[in-house]
Amino acid sequence: MNSPMTAAVSRAEKRGKPYYRWYVPYLFLVPGLALYLVWTVYPLLYQLYVSFFDWRIMPGQVSEYIGLQNYQDVLTDRTFWLAMQNTAGYAVITVAGQMIVGLALAFLVNRVIIGKRFFRTVYYIPVVTSWVVVSFLFSYLFSPGNSGLINYVLMQLGVITEPVSWMAQSNTAWIAIYSLGIWKGMGWAMVIFLAALQGIPPELYEAAAIDGAGEWARLRYMTLPLIRRTIFFVFVALMIGGFQVFISVLLITGGGPLHRTEVALTYMFDEAFGNLHFGYGAALSYILAVVIVLVSVIQGRLFGRNTREVEY
Amino acid sequence: MIATARSQQRVLNWIVLIILIAGVIIALAPLMYMVSTALKANAYVQEYPPRFIPENPTLENFQTAFNSRNFARALLNSAVVAASTSILVTLLSSMMAYAFARFEFRGKKVIFAGLLIMIMIPGVILLIPQFILAKTLGLINSLPGLVLIYSAGPLAFNTFLLRGFLESLPREIEESAIIDGANPFTVFWRVMMPLAAPAISTVAVFSFLGSWDEYLLALNLLTDESLRTLPIAIANFRGQHASNWGLVFAGSLTAVIPTVVLFVIFQRYFIQGITSGGVRG
Repeated sequence: MNSPMTAAVSRAEKRGKPYYRWYVPYLFLVPGLALYLVWTVYPLLYQLYVSFFDWRIMPGQVSEYIGLQNYQDVLTDRTFWLAMQNTAGYAVITVAGQMIVGLALAFLVNRVIIGKRFFRTVYYIPVVTSWVVVSFLFSYLFSPGNSGLINYVLMQLGVITEPVSWMAQSNTAWIAIYSLGIWKGMGWAMVIFLAALQGIPPELYEAAAIDGAGEWARLRYMTLPLIRRTIFFVFVALMIGGFQVFISVLLITGGGPLHRTEVALTYMFDEAFGNLHFGYGAALSYILAVVIVLVSVIQGRLFGRNTREVEY
Repeated sequence: MIATARSQQRVLNWIVLIILIAGVIIALAPLMYMVSTALKANAYVQEYPPRFIPENPTLENFQTAFNSRNFARALLNSAVVAASTSILVTLLSSMMAYAFARFEFRGKKVIFAGLLIMIMIPGVILLIPQFILAKTLGLINSLPGLVLIYSAGPLAFNTFLLRGFLESLPREIEESAIIDGANPFTVFWRVMMPLAAPAISTVAVFSFLGSWDEYLLALNLLTDESLRTLPIAIANFRGQHASNWGLVFAGSLTAVIPTVVLFVIFQRYFIQGITSGGVRG
């Protein structure tokens, strides 16, 4: 910062004469901002507009303004509430699963004596696979009958005596959907937790060891509080992701049997693109967006205050 | 006392290693089973007991996939769409990030806050209005149109990510270029971009993968078979040949292998990109 050239430039800046013309920053911003406004900000507002209409997508048809009718329809629709309940259930279960497995793996990878990078890489591979592909893959793994891999393994282990028709009932279909969510996301949580663990200075552990703290005590009273903020971040990010569960349900069960495994977005998709109820789907999307934003804000309020990383 | 502590340590080390290897099996077994199913002739796909190592491995499924109408085309479409999206996102977000990191201008704070707020709104929520807008603008069955929509979504987050990185770079090199008479665009292109290469690679790879996998917009915006992308082609195999898992997974592997290879090559950048958002964020 003390080079003569820096001094020259900052002197120029202090005199209020930056080296660029006033409009230059806007030239850098305009292309990106334009694209952003057209395809995200405008659609967000436009969706609000659409949600007030009995929207007709077919050319030549007139969309009728119906005020808040769509919102009322959504909020009195039992399938919507079932879908919301399912979505929340998916978020809670898969977030818990990903965090527990991810944290455990991170501790172990941080502690293992050989192959740290190897393990980190391998656990992350499911994260980079395509949702479409792994959804089909899990449908196949959970095939009914003897030849389904999961049925076969569970029968060999003696967990079940008869092959299970996983998709025939919602309870068992959820097992397939949940396990996909946890399997695909655990590596992401692990990588973030691992980076946080590696950021803890080793001197702290040495000091604790000298003080006679056992491995469990160090974990409970040192490591976990130290990475509290990261735990919170992972929690919020995964919850937001959990509420957006979509492709796996769409491709594994399609919301069936009888809407039992419907989640918010599959229901929105069915209503809009299946039944062409775009106004209804828009209202539903808005409600879901509000729920997601609220969930993250509330979590921020609840946990954010006391989660400042301990200084070290 | 010390000897037992040490042997206890050694036992613990082995336990850790064994658990981690079990974890590797859980992480990879489904994918390995996909590979082996893709290499099985259709008669063996529902065999009992299921086998991890195919009895008579064959590339038949891959041949069928690539001989089927438009599959190779779908692969090409996906590659072109993902590469274009990646270039566009990288260029536009680094330009915005540079403006936020190094320039002072009116409305800077407001614009930046506007970007940040939209990061909270999940992209899938916008499926309906984006679809209607694309229809109005005549962008149904337009791959360039798809690229524009794909590029808009990740701009906010990547601008945020790159701004952080650019701000952390020392100003000296830029300033000497300025004193040598370089204009802001030369500084951006010739000085900042090369310096920011690690962060830019992260953004490029992430946005490539994000659009390579995209399913819902592609499903609704591309009705012309010759324009379809890879995820749609795979879903079609599943839809048309419900029990032909070998074919579905041969197609799937075509989509998955490039992503895994990209990840393994660029994993250092990946890990940096993922963790920079979360740790000490």
